[in-house]
Amino acid sequence: MNRIVATFILLASLVPALSQAELTIEITQGVEGALPIAVVPFESSATQYVPTEDVAAIVASDLRRSGRFAPLAEEDMISRPAEASEVRYPDWRTLGVDNLIIGKIEPGDDTDFRIEFRLFDVYRGQQIAGYSLPVAADGLRHVAHRISDIIYEKLTGQPGAFATRIAYVISETIDGNKQYRLQLADSDGFNPKTLLTSRQPLMSPAWSPDGRRLAYVSFETGKATIFIQEITTGKREEIPSFDGINGAPAWSPDGRSMLLTLSRDGNPEIYHLNLANNSLQRLTVGGGIDTEPAWSPDGRSIVFTSDRGGSPQLYRMPAAGGQARRLTFEGNYNSSADFSPDGRNLVLVHAEGGHYRIAVLNLESGLLRVLTDGNLDESPSFAPNGSMIIYATETAHRGVLAEVSSDGRFRQRLSLRQGNVREPVWGPLDKP
Amino acid sequence: MKFVQTVIAVLAILWIAGCSSTGDSKGDDVAVEEHSDGAGSGFDYSDGAASSGVGGYNQLNIEELNDPDSPLSRRVIYFAYDSSEVAEEDRDLVAAHAGFLAANPGVSVVLEGHSDERGAREYNVGLADRRAQSVRRMLEFQGVAPEQISVVSYGEEKPVIEGYDESSWSQNRRVELVYVGG
Repeated sequence: MNRIVATFILLASLVPALSQAELTIEITQGVEGALPIAVVPFESSATQYVPTEDVAAIVASDLRRSGRFAPLAEEDMISRPAEASEVRYPDWRTLGVDNLIIGKIEPGDDTDFRIEFRLFDVYRGQQIAGYSLPVAADGLRHVAHRISDIIYEKLTGQPGAFATRIAYVISETIDGNKQYRLQLADSDGFNPKTLLTSRQPLMSPAWSPDGRRLAYVSFETGKATIFIQEITTGKREEIPSFDGINGAPAWSPDGRSMLLTLSRDGNPEIYHLNLANNSLQRLTVGGGIDTEPAWSPDGRSIVFTSDRGGSPQLYRMPAAGGQARRLTFEGNYNSSADFSPDGRNLVLVHAEGGHYRIAVLNLESGLLRVLTDGNLDESPSFAPNGSMIIYATETAHRGVLAEVSSDGRFRQRLSLRQGNVREPVWGPLDKP
Repeated sequence: MKFVQTVIAVLAILWIAGCSSTGDSKGDDVAVEEHSDGAGSGFDYSDGAASSGVGGYNQLNIEELNDPDSPLSRRVIYFAYDSSEVAEEDRDLVAAHAGFLAANPGVSVVLEGHSDERGAREYNVGLADRRAQSVRRMLEFQGVAPEQISVVSYGEEKPVIEGYDESSWSQNRRVELVYVGG
């Protein structure tokens, strides 16, 4: 295995005004062949408001986090152009940089700022892209992620997934009391916001396909109940619940129905819930545990975990119900499947010898590839562009979030300073 | 009898103290006790919040449940790894609870299923549910009405011990019987 461990510690304090974010990003496994790129600090001529975020630093950090790019350190730059006319290609060729990004922040006409940026091919000596974006003072981080998305797509041909959000659960003991929080953050872990606080467990957040709502399980009433909560308003509703398990919600790709696990018939089984009329249809049969349903992106089939064969393994069946076919055969524990956005791969938890790790199963070849080397890695979730996988891991018995590229070559940890973080789920692409 | 009353009073005081320290008010209801540690291995249940999951404990002053010499004072059943089978040595205990519930149809029990931390969270909810359902089936088989029993599966979310080895895990794989009503 390719194990060049480059450890950059990007402390939040490197970026102005981020000190409250209390977040550390640590690259735990680097990549040979990441493309050298330079993001020159954006020059600001804004007078009325001073930008509170270092846009270029956010872009460079995004590109580095993708594992595909190796941004040049700022102190190694020979010049700092802000205009196309100031770019001297030989300088950047000398530094071995393939691509160059420059930009400037000016006062906006109707908005606080206007950001102009350009992307260059250093060897051809030409501009690849140039954009001018209006932005409000509190939207600087978001626009920086949008810029990263544009650059990523221009250079890799795939859409970027930087301007997206993640949801996760934190548990923390405060003054001797357990507290659970359902949280939302930018895809880089910044801007955390709490959607719900409870003294009882919260579990299994699931994004609606339009990114406007989250379903989750709450034990706040002393029973398991699935709620659907609107993110912007905080308004929420309960879906009908039954004795025993009410868990593992998974939205259909069209957002009209949900798969969930109920044990109302005495056994954990997967049900289809029509959200328009609350009608339920049981999909699985048998005496074992059937749970953790995931919907294929085309909506035609579902994958779930079942111990019907004696150990937890993944099975696939038509979404309307029918014959289930076993998908995993390696190891005695395969669970927690999530489909890649193209529907060709599953990410899952694979255990062997007591080590729970993240693996990708190619559905065409049946090939299983283990991507991580932790002991208790769990809850994997694909980025909406399929490039990365976010998951939960442990360091020093504390739950933290980590990301691995879908080819397994690049890994990093996102550590919040406090609390036990678990069950990350990556939200859908930001639709402009 | 006097002894039992003292136990109730002491437990009630402990419980109220637990509540006030956690700010978790449940009104004036007097719970018999929030939990029994079953095996008597000295778990610290002094934190009322650790078990405040089931709201609305009603008045339940049945002395039999408080008698430390009664098997009914043991309300936790432990399970082997990845197993939902009630162990041979716990069958008499389940039978004692079944006899009590059958004789007291006004009393209900919540079977709280728990697992250790290893493996997927929702799968563990499934596993812990299966444990609680095994106990439910045994109770029903021995004459307890289905309406007296409800099941909540917490999976790995509420460990008794936050430990990382088999000695902790074995304490966390359990079903707790929580009495309600009366």
